Amino acid sequence: MNWLENFVRPKLQALVSRDHSDSAENKWRSCPNCAQMLFLNDLPKNLYLCQQCGHHLRMPAPARLESIFDSGFTNLPEVAVVEDPLKFRDKKRYLDRLKDSRAKMKCQDAVQSAFGTIAGEKAVAAVFDFRFMGGSMGSAAGSALVQAANKALSEQCGLIVFTSSGGARMQEGIISLMQLPRSIIATEMLQQAGLPYIVVLCDPTTGGVSASFAMLGDIHIAEPGATIGFAGRRVIEQTVRETLPEGFQQAEDLIDKGVIDMIVPREDIAARLGLLLHLMGGKARLLTENDDSSDHDDAAHNHSEDDGSGVEKSAPVVS
Amino acid sequence: MSQQLDFESHINALEARIRELRLSASEGEIDVADEIEKLSIKVETQLKQVYQKLTPWQKVEVSRHESRPHAQDYIDHLIQEYQPLAGDRAFAEDAAIVGGMGYFFGKPCMVIGHEKGRDTRGRIKHNFGMPRPEGFRKARRLIDLAGKFHLPVISFVDTAGAYPGLDAEARGQAEAIARSIQACIRVPSPFVAVITGEGGSGGAIAIAAADRLLMLEHAVYSVISPEGCASILWRDSSHRETAAKSLQITAQSLNELGITDEVISEPTGGAHRDHPATFRRVSNALKRHLNDLGAIPAEQLIEQRWQRYLKLNTA
Repeated sequence: MNWLENFVRPKLQALVSRDHSDSAENKWRSCPNCAQMLFLNDLPKNLYLCQQCGHHLRMPAPARLESIFDSGFTNLPEVAVVEDPLKFRDKKRYLDRLKDSRAKMKCQDAVQSAFGTIAGEKAVAAVFDFRFMGGSMGSAAGSALVQAANKALSEQCGLIVFTSSGGARMQEGIISLMQLPRSIIATEMLQQAGLPYIVVLCDPTTGGVSASFAMLGDIHIAEPGATIGFAGRRVIEQTVRETLPEGFQQAEDLIDKGVIDMIVPREDIAARLGLLLHLMGGKARLLTENDDSSDHDDAAHNHSEDDGSGVEKSAPVVS
Repeated sequence: MSQQLDFESHINALEARIRELRLSASEGEIDVADEIEKLSIKVETQLKQVYQKLTPWQKVEVSRHESRPHAQDYIDHLIQEYQPLAGDRAFAEDAAIVGGMGYFFGKPCMVIGHEKGRDTRGRIKHNFGMPRPEGFRKARRLIDLAGKFHLPVISFVDTAGAYPGLDAEARGQAEAIARSIQACIRVPSPFVAVITGEGGSGGAIAIAAADRLLMLEHAVYSVISPEGCASILWRDSSHRETAAKSLQITAQSLNELGITDEVISEPTGGAHRDHPATFRRVSNALKRHLNDLGAIPAEQLIEQRWQRYLKLNTA
């Protein structure tokens, strides 16, 4: 990786590929980072990573659940809530916005949850889908988090939340603000039960979501390049009347600020979660590193890895 | 004369006329008592009319009125032997949040609130009531202290919101707010929050996730400012009046939604016209709710507080 790779080539590619960005029957989209054209059908198997620059594109919730769980996980049913408590309308009725999003996404709201095993460890995962009204948190998302926490309690396992949200859902007004304490109570239930609660901060995590459950994890993992913060960039720029430094509110900067524990690339996340859950479970594990006779074919490659995830079995192949 | 609101300019004119008459009366030229009396009645009637029919946006303006009583005023008039506490023990003291211990009707309590500041110097000192992370961390510290000593908590909420600045972000604004809310839902003692003016989103709920939520008659409480909402959803901040209406941010709307436990009526013409009457009303309401809560064992108190949020808007 050098300046030519990182800067010049992407820019050149952006120039070349710009004209095609809206064509080809929507089968392609361009990488927001390097503008490389990505074939939509390939995205799921590539974990929504740009094959050119490694950029982590926002990942749909179903694909996320599929990618982190071992096979055989079960989706939690979506929770019913009182819809449109304010009878809200802006340019469009909130009910119509909901209807459109549901039709397009084939799900009820922004959070989808499942129960299963992650790299062999029992866990519940709740995943925000940014495509559903910007991943905004209203009563449905809040209820999904409470439900996921309850499931973790009844299964006596950890809870992982993948966040990707602009914040509270304005169209639900004060009801959405009330999801801040509500979601924090959900994390508090795990706290009292001594169960692991891990947050994976994905792009973007801001506003009411970051100012509640998302910042109260036992462990904070971020995806590379994720924007994480409270106030939006534009609001801050208007307040301080200066342009913000490069990398502001980005995962890579926030690790220096003490906000997150680690940045984990998407392809490693399942294995890392499994390891962390096991560590927090407090049970001893026989590590192959200590096993001199090393009779497993796949054990050797762990020694060469420098990311510290010395898992006994190789990371599950995700597709 | 303090800040003037557009929709009451005709009343302000009458009030100015009364002042003029009083001045000339004091110079002993003519007897104006009758005239003053007549005008005063007119002012009273018109204030009643106007304030009964305030639109949501007009309420936003009233809630932000610079002469409304602030947290420090409530503390000074309601709390005896007040001992202000300062600092987050990690980085700094943030005067956007004030708080400390004192007696409320003879009983020790912890009191916290957003302070906007009264004059230019005050406003700068208190950062216009917009806390940075150290402010929320101080709030958390004080709420935790209250829990340790089983002191009831009173909070006065009045903020445009958490400060959106580079420094605030760098020191973990989101985490500081989250921890402050966490302290609210954890504290094993009675907790009553009063929205006295502007209840601005995360910065407000950081000290308002209480057992009881009271609101002054012309206060507002919202997930986003009407201006902010308008600029996002209508792409034009001039739609703030429509946004204010749609968001249902008035005490009356929130009471209908079941968010508040009591709306405290304000003196005619708003709290900014009569501080002493406002203090009396707030004081009475607080006393009543703290008495109710005082009878509930701590464990049950927390359970009820949790259920308040957990049950909200579930089908």
